[in-house]
Amino acid sequence: MVSLSKRRLVQGAAALGGLLLGGTLAATVWAQQLVADLSSHLIAITTGFTGTEVVLFGTTDGAGDVAIVVTGPRVPATVRRKERIAGMWINTDSVRFEQVPSFYTVATSRPLDQIVGRPVLERHQIGLPQLQLGPRETLEPDELAAFRAALIRNKQRAGLYALTFGQVAFLGDRLFRTNIYFPANVPTGLYNVEALLIRNGEVVSAQTTPLVVSKIGFSAELYDIARHRPVVYGVAAVVGAVAAGWAAGAAFRRV
Amino acid sequence: MQVYLPIAEMSVNALLVLGMGWLVGFLSGMFGVGGGFLMTPLLIFIGVPPAVAVGTQANQLVAASVSGVLAHWRRGNVDVKLGVVMLAGGVVGTALGVWIFAILQRLGQIDIAITLSYVFFLGTIGGMMLVESSRALIRRRAPTARRGKLHRHIWLHGLPFKMRFQRSKLYISALLPAGIGLVGGMLVAIMGIGGGFLLVPAMIYLLNMPAGLVAGTSLFQIIFTTAAATLLQAATNQTVDAMLALLLLIGGVTGAQSGTKMGSRLRGEQARLLLSCIVVAVALKLAWDLFARPEDLFTLTSGMT
Repeated sequence: MVSLSKRRLVQGAAALGGLLLGGTLAATVWAQQLVADLSSHLIAITTGFTGTEVVLFGTTDGAGDVAIVVTGPRVPATVRRKERIAGMWINTDSVRFEQVPSFYTVATSRPLDQIVGRPVLERHQIGLPQLQLGPRETLEPDELAAFRAALIRNKQRAGLYALTFGQVAFLGDRLFRTNIYFPANVPTGLYNVEALLIRNGEVVSAQTTPLVVSKIGFSAELYDIARHRPVVYGVAAVVGAVAAGWAAGAAFRRV
Repeated sequence: MQVYLPIAEMSVNALLVLGMGWLVGFLSGMFGVGGGFLMTPLLIFIGVPPAVAVGTQANQLVAASVSGVLAHWRRGNVDVKLGVVMLAGGVVGTALGVWIFAILQRLGQIDIAITLSYVFFLGTIGGMMLVESSRALIRRRAPTARRGKLHRHIWLHGLPFKMRFQRSKLYISALLPAGIGLVGGMLVAIMGIGGGFLLVPAMIYLLNMPAGLVAGTSLFQIIFTTAAATLLQAATNQTVDAMLALLLLIGGVTGAQSGTKMGSRLRGEQARLLLSCIVVAVALKLAWDLFARPEDLFTLTSGMT
C-alpha cells in the first residue's frame, strides 16, 4: 500500500512538473473558461460522399474572441516547378515539405489582426502565413517563399485550405457556433480541431477535439485491399474484368 | 449522381463517367479500335490523376478486349500461336513499362512522359492514317490503281529464329512478332492503351498477316498484356480504381453495341478518315497543353513520392 501511494505521489509530481514546464497548467486550471464540441466526431466517406458540414459549438465564461483552427493529418508533400525546356513546360526544381497539413481552415469571431498579435498567431499556427510546413531543402528565402506560396495556392485550388477565414457566430455573450465544411476530396486521417479563447491579445484557454475522417463501407474495403494486399486486389480486378467482358460478349451475341 | 472513387480519392459524377464510357465505346465499336487513347486523356481532363487513369484504363481494357475477342474467336479469326509469341514479348514489355512508369513517377516526370508519348504516337499514326485514307478516297474517284508487289522483302525478314505460323500462312522470325508485342506491352503500361492502333498496322505492314486475322489476334494478345499491366500497376503503383473501371465498363459495353451498328453503315476509308481526324485532333490538343504556358507553374504531389 505504502509503495503504491508513494508511486502515485511521484507520478503526480512528475505530471505536475511536466505541466508547469509545458506551460499548460493554465489550460487545465482554466479549462472551464471554454468548452467546445463537434456535432460529429466522425466523417464517414461512403460511396455517395459529396462533402459534409460539421457544426462546432461551445460556450465561454464571458466576453472574449474565439478562434477555431482545423488541421488535417500532417504528411510530406513535394512542390515542383515547371520551366520551359525546348519549348515544353517540364518539371525541374522541387522542394519537399515534411509537415504539410492535408487540410487547414480557420474560423474566428472577428478579423484576426484585430484580436491578437503576430507572436501569438505564430505560436498557435493560426492563419496560413503562420503554418509551419517543415521544408527539407535549405533554399534562399525568396525561392522558399515562392514554393511555399505555391503549395498553399495548390491546396486552396483543391479546396483543402481555406481561402478566407470562417465566421464564428456568438449567440449572446457566451454561446458560440461555427460550421466547418469538408469537401468531397477531404483526405482521410485524424484531424485536430482547436478552439482558442482570446482576451486582451492573449490566448487564455484552449481545447482540442479530435475528428476522424475515414472511408466507410465498400469504398473503404476497396481502398484497404488495394493498399495492404495489392496483389490480391490486382488479381481480383483482372478476374472481375474478364468475367464482365465475357458476360458482355455473351450478351452481344444475342443482340 | 456523385460516386466516390476510393483509389483516385475523389468524387465524380457517375453519369458523366458512364457517358464518357459510352462515347468511347461507341467510337471503338464503330472503328474497331480499343479507344484507350481517347479515354485516358478524357479521364485526366476530368481531374483523375494521370497515374490512376492509366492503371484503371488497363483494367477496363481487359474486359473490353475479352468481349471483343469472343466474336473473332467464334469466326476462327484468332492466330493463337502468333498471339502467344507476341504475348511473350508483350509481358516483358509490360513489366518494363510498369518499371519505367514507377521511376518516372518518382522523378515527377510521369505526366510529361504520358503526354509526350501520346503526342508522338497519336501524331505519327494519326497523320499516316489521315494521308492514307484521304488518298484511298481520292483513288476511289479516279481508279488508276497500280498494284504494288505482294510481299516486299526487307531486312526484318532476315532475322533468326524462324517459325512457321500455319494459321496466318507465314514463315517469319519469331523475334518480329515478339518485338511488336514488346512495344505494345510498354504502351499498355505507360499510356494505358491497348495499343491496337499501333499493333494492327505493324502486323499488317511488318508481318504481312492476312487482314482478317489481325484484329482478333491483336485483341487476343491485348487481353493478356492489359491483364499483366493491371496486375503490375495494382501491385507496384496501386493505381487501379476498380470503381472507376466498373463505371467505364458499363458505359463502354453499351456504347460499343450502338457503335458497331453505326460502323457497318460506314465505308472503310470513310471510317478510317474520320478516326484519323479524331486521333490527330487529340494529338494536337495534347501538344498544345505541352507548349502553352500553364496557369500555375507549380504543382503539388502529396505523399511519399
